[in-house]
Amino acid sequence: MPSSLSWLHPFWAFALPIAASFPLGWLMWRSLDVPEGRAGRGLDALPMLLCRLIGRKTPLKMDWKRYAIAMLAFNAALFVLSFAILYAQDKIPLLNPDGKGPLTALGYKDTAGVQHDGADTAVIFNTVCSFVTNTNLQHYSGEQHLSYFSQLAGIVWLMFVTPAAGLCVMLATIRGLRGDTHLGDFYVDLMRGVLFVLIPYALILAVALVGLGVPMTFEKAAAATTVDGAATKMETQTIARGPVAALVAIKQAGTNGGGFFGPNSAHPFENPSPWTNLLSIASIVMLPMASIVMAGLMLRNMKHAMVIYGVMLTFLIVAAVVAILAEVRPSVATAGMPVVQGPNMEGKEVRVGPIAGATWAAMTTATSNGSVNSMHDSLNPIAGAVPMTMMMLNVVFSGIGAGFENMLMYIIVAVFIAGLMVGRTPEYLGKKVEAREVKLAMLAILIHPLLICCGAGLFAATAWGTTTVANPGSHGFSEILYEFTSASANNGSGFEGLADNNPAWNIATGIVLLLGRFPALILPLAVAGFLSVKKRVPQTTGTLRTDDLTFAGMLLGTVLLVGALSFMPAVVLGPIADHLSSFVP
Amino acid sequence: MSLVTDDVGAPTRDATDVQTFKLQRRQTRKLRLFEPALVRMATVQSFKMLDPRHMARNPVMFLVEVGTVLSAIVTVESIINHLAFGLIVYQAALTALLLLTVLFANFAEALAEARGKAQADSLRATRADTPAYRLRDLSSRSGEFVSSTTLRAGDCVLVEAGQVIPTDGEVVEGVASVDESAITGESAPVIREAGGDHSGVTGGTRVLSDRIVIQVTAGPGESFLDKMIALVEGASRQKTPNEIALTIVLAAFSLIFLIVTATLYPMAQYFGITLDIPTLIALLVCLIPTTIGALLSAIGIAGMDRALAANLIAKSGKAVEVAGDIDTLLLDKTGTITIGNRRATQFVPLGGVQPRDLARIAGLASMADATPEGKSILELAREQNSVEAEAPSGSSPVEFTAQNRMSGLDLSDGSKLRKGAPDTMARYILAQGGLIPDGYQATVDAIAIGGATPLGVAENDRIVGVIKLEDILKQNIADRFRRLRQMGLRVVMVTGDNPLTARAIADQAGVDDFIAQATPEAKLAYIRKEQEGGKLVAMMGDGTNDAPALAQADIGVAMNSGTQAAKEAGNMVDLDSDPTKLIEVVEIGKQLLMTRGALTTFSIANDLAKYFAVIPAMFVNFKALESLKALDLMGLATTGGAYSAILSAVIFNAIIIPMLIPIALKGVTYRPVGAGALLRRNLLFYGLGGVIAPFLGIKFIDMAIDPLLGMVGIK
Repeated sequence: MPSSLSWLHPFWAFALPIAASFPLGWLMWRSLDVPEGRAGRGLDALPMLLCRLIGRKTPLKMDWKRYAIAMLAFNAALFVLSFAILYAQDKIPLLNPDGKGPLTALGYKDTAGVQHDGADTAVIFNTVCSFVTNTNLQHYSGEQHLSYFSQLAGIVWLMFVTPAAGLCVMLATIRGLRGDTHLGDFYVDLMRGVLFVLIPYALILAVALVGLGVPMTFEKAAAATTVDGAATKMETQTIARGPVAALVAIKQAGTNGGGFFGPNSAHPFENPSPWTNLLSIASIVMLPMASIVMAGLMLRNMKHAMVIYGVMLTFLIVAAVVAILAEVRPSVATAGMPVVQGPNMEGKEVRVGPIAGATWAAMTTATSNGSVNSMHDSLNPIAGAVPMTMMMLNVVFSGIGAGFENMLMYIIVAVFIAGLMVGRTPEYLGKKVEAREVKLAMLAILIHPLLICCGAGLFAATAWGTTTVANPGSHGFSEILYEFTSASANNGSGFEGLADNNPAWNIATGIVLLLGRFPALILPLAVAGFLSVKKRVPQTTGTLRTDDLTFAGMLLGTVLLVGALSFMPAVVLGPIADHLSSFVP
Repeated sequence: MSLVTDDVGAPTRDATDVQTFKLQRRQTRKLRLFEPALVRMATVQSFKMLDPRHMARNPVMFLVEVGTVLSAIVTVESIINHLAFGLIVYQAALTALLLLTVLFANFAEALAEARGKAQADSLRATRADTPAYRLRDLSSRSGEFVSSTTLRAGDCVLVEAGQVIPTDGEVVEGVASVDESAITGESAPVIREAGGDHSGVTGGTRVLSDRIVIQVTAGPGESFLDKMIALVEGASRQKTPNEIALTIVLAAFSLIFLIVTATLYPMAQYFGITLDIPTLIALLVCLIPTTIGALLSAIGIAGMDRALAANLIAKSGKAVEVAGDIDTLLLDKTGTITIGNRRATQFVPLGGVQPRDLARIAGLASMADATPEGKSILELAREQNSVEAEAPSGSSPVEFTAQNRMSGLDLSDGSKLRKGAPDTMARYILAQGGLIPDGYQATVDAIAIGGATPLGVAENDRIVGVIKLEDILKQNIADRFRRLRQMGLRVVMVTGDNPLTARAIADQAGVDDFIAQATPEAKLAYIRKEQEGGKLVAMMGDGTNDAPALAQADIGVAMNSGTQAAKEAGNMVDLDSDPTKLIEVVEIGKQLLMTRGALTTFSIANDLAKYFAVIPAMFVNFKALESLKALDLMGLATTGGAYSAILSAVIFNAIIIPMLIPIALKGVTYRPVGAGALLRRNLLFYGLGGVIAPFLGIKFIDMAIDPLLGMVGIK
């Protein structure tokens, strides 16, 4: 690609979703934030009709506790259902043309290197945790281990409802922040989210993907006779396929990221061309961006939403630029070798290339998507630090709904410290921020480093980690650190290289996935619930503004400082030492 | 409610004079920051405060104390195991520095406490043990001399001219002039009388004339001052809401850093490195917000100290803090916005009378009028050279009575000069069959609409003109209100005037709103209305009927001269009884919060540099991670055990505490420039400054101690 055009892909990767996020945010606002008078009218009759199936005639008026309980109960049900489907996949006679066996038959090597075959339910636990938490960390390979039924009923179904659940909690949180008398009805919000946002978006995207060559079929894997079949003594080759387009569409739209195939979007059936690459990359950030616009409309405070949007976008642009600049340099692996030194192509598909790969790496980790079109393990160390940093901050658009929730906690802390600095009891959107809110916000912020540092510390010092890494030294440590970061941030991307399909990793990351998801949704909801009942304080010139550039700087600094301070030692030992040592002769 | 807040009988002194005088007096009472006697006291106290039961109140410093003990244990272990001499010295030095960090924190708190006590003592010095004549009961008049320390609430004491009032109380019988200069610094005597709004007396003040019976309101150790001293001292000091919230934030940050440093140990093991425990503790102590943690209590106490230095007695620490949040200030017009009294500013002649003649008649008619308004008319007439100093011989004064409702002078030639309220004068003229000149009513109305008070002047049976009496605004008051508006405050003027006059004065002074013809009920209703809108309201009052409003207001400042009921209802008492004090109250509150915020930002921003000092130093001497030397941006001495770099970070972390004590005690300068500008300024100073300062400081300390360590041979 000529160098003058090389920035074209990242340019459109940003311009497209930014431009689309505004009308999309407006549509989300109109269809999701339905005032009582308009509920059930017009198109809104559909979700209400579905709600009648669970015996609900009119939407309930939930407070934050009931809303949280409804959300948890729904997720618990999802957990049980998906566990059952995956556990019994070989017994279910539906949509299993390739006759896939049980997922437990995967087998694993233990820390002593002994192979164990079968009877590993931990991988199912991990997979269910992963998909219920909208993470999609995959310790299995979809095309090898899952039947089409499991893919659709166990995976794709969760890909629709779990981002919707995050979106619901965000809706409820904003209702609390603006002081509504109740926070809405979780189930009604869920129906609306799935019906009006995720299904239409995924449908359009899937059709486009099919048009661009992504397969969509229920036929079993194709057997092809290879040209040089005789020479390699492999006369036929099995080419896995299936309802790929359906999965890929919602995978990108719903900040899911779990691939139909093991190599995810690096696989030519998931991402066959630069066009599908662009559509995918735009979809990765589209709904997270639009949800912030929706927040501004719901709060009737677009300037404040734009502060949040701006801070997030700033992080994202810096991340993408750093990653791209690090990737257009030669790979550290070939440094000094007598080979042609070009951009780092290790771990990248030729049709993707280093620039689109690096842009994708930044965007997929900034959001909690986690799909990959190149192998993050093979990124140059500094570029490899970018995805890790994005996941550690976990507020750069992040998951649909979840990103706003995470950022809200940082906003509370920033408002608190900045509020003191202007000599008033801190206020956020006219509500006083006091001990209780601050306590919950700090708890939410604390969980992330707790999970990552403790997990990485535990596995770094024990055979669970040291026998599963693929590389020695800092790079190996990065693999461990990345896996826990990805799990805690509910991202789901992998650094690869790590032999992570064994009970230790499956159980540890499974627990981290759950703890990284639900407190991060419920704590902000609780804060909003507490703020909603407080008396609104009028704004004066002595009040801290949360809708100007000064506050944007304050928020940026808070996220950066708190993020940097919590994770700096770990990042230093991982990618930074990796980067520095690669230049030591 | 008394709208005239100047003390009865106080000689009219220029308001600005009083202000400067008060400031001067405060200056003399101001303590030096590191007063040697207080420093000695605080030093001793800081060792006593090492008691873990005390330290547990402050989670950040408690963590440091625990770390110190741990580090000491490891050091002892190293000695027992005969480890390298250099390592032992290093570990011992670290332990000592950690202890020093805790001591510095205790010192800051103890110093703030000591200053508060010293402030209070200088106020309390007045109430030495004085003899008091305690009455057996109110009617008998007989009693006995007892020591003032034995007086209990409810006792009645008789105080006569020349005696010192033994304790705080309320006049229940009699009227006396009292010299309160010991408390307020105001040399002019004030009148204290039973039943009125000026019935409160303070222990230590002296009765100058007459005799009064005082009912004691507070037993020994229960007066407001005693209560405030207790608030400053550790025992009964309660954390304020914002302090609690900030403590949570700091504790959470400490927990995050505890996780970060604790997990660094196993992470290092991945690289085959076993980290030194005291070094890890050093990293932890460097990272947790020790600076703000150490100074947090001191900042709170210093807020109380500043209130006390401004002669304000706050009944709780919360009151001082809430003051910073005030949205609406209710200020009495008289004494706050205007100087005490109205002054004559213009004579308007009517019916063809010469201006000079009108001035002469008005001046003569006011000769017998001893009120400030009357005096001001005479002064104005004299300025126009219309009147002699003395009343002409043979004239007889006509005093203002409830019947005639006018005052004046009867001259020896029989002419009657009168002045009075316009309508009274009109009736008086009509009753004599006289004529009211054209334009009389129009002139009167015009003056009233302009916010001034008109007085009619008559000579015999004709109106000769109108006197314009105006409220005189205090100097710079409009400026001051502009400042308040920039702070985000609404100023509401409270006055007994009619709405027309009130509006005119409100416009001149630039207040946001006014309550005209104010009654205590109207005040209370206004406060409630504001609070319903989520606003916090501050007001000042002195009368018993102000009590409900004082209690309702978020900040109610009672004047010390006020009644006991008012003092009980408010949450602050102003010993100066100075109505402009409210503005200071707000500034003290804001300063308190800002100081906390600024030092928190500084403390956290410091961490970046400490990371760059400690992390490379921890690892560079291990082969696996020697490349981390590139992160040593400061170029610290990291050879050998890299002891110098780590010690430098810990030393910086410790000495920054005493270095910031002046800011903690004096408070961050508050400028009324609006929240945005204030935030930018503080972010630049304490945020950016907090990032840069430790880079310089640690490098400097490293340059100093590295050769020292070399000399003892432990590099």
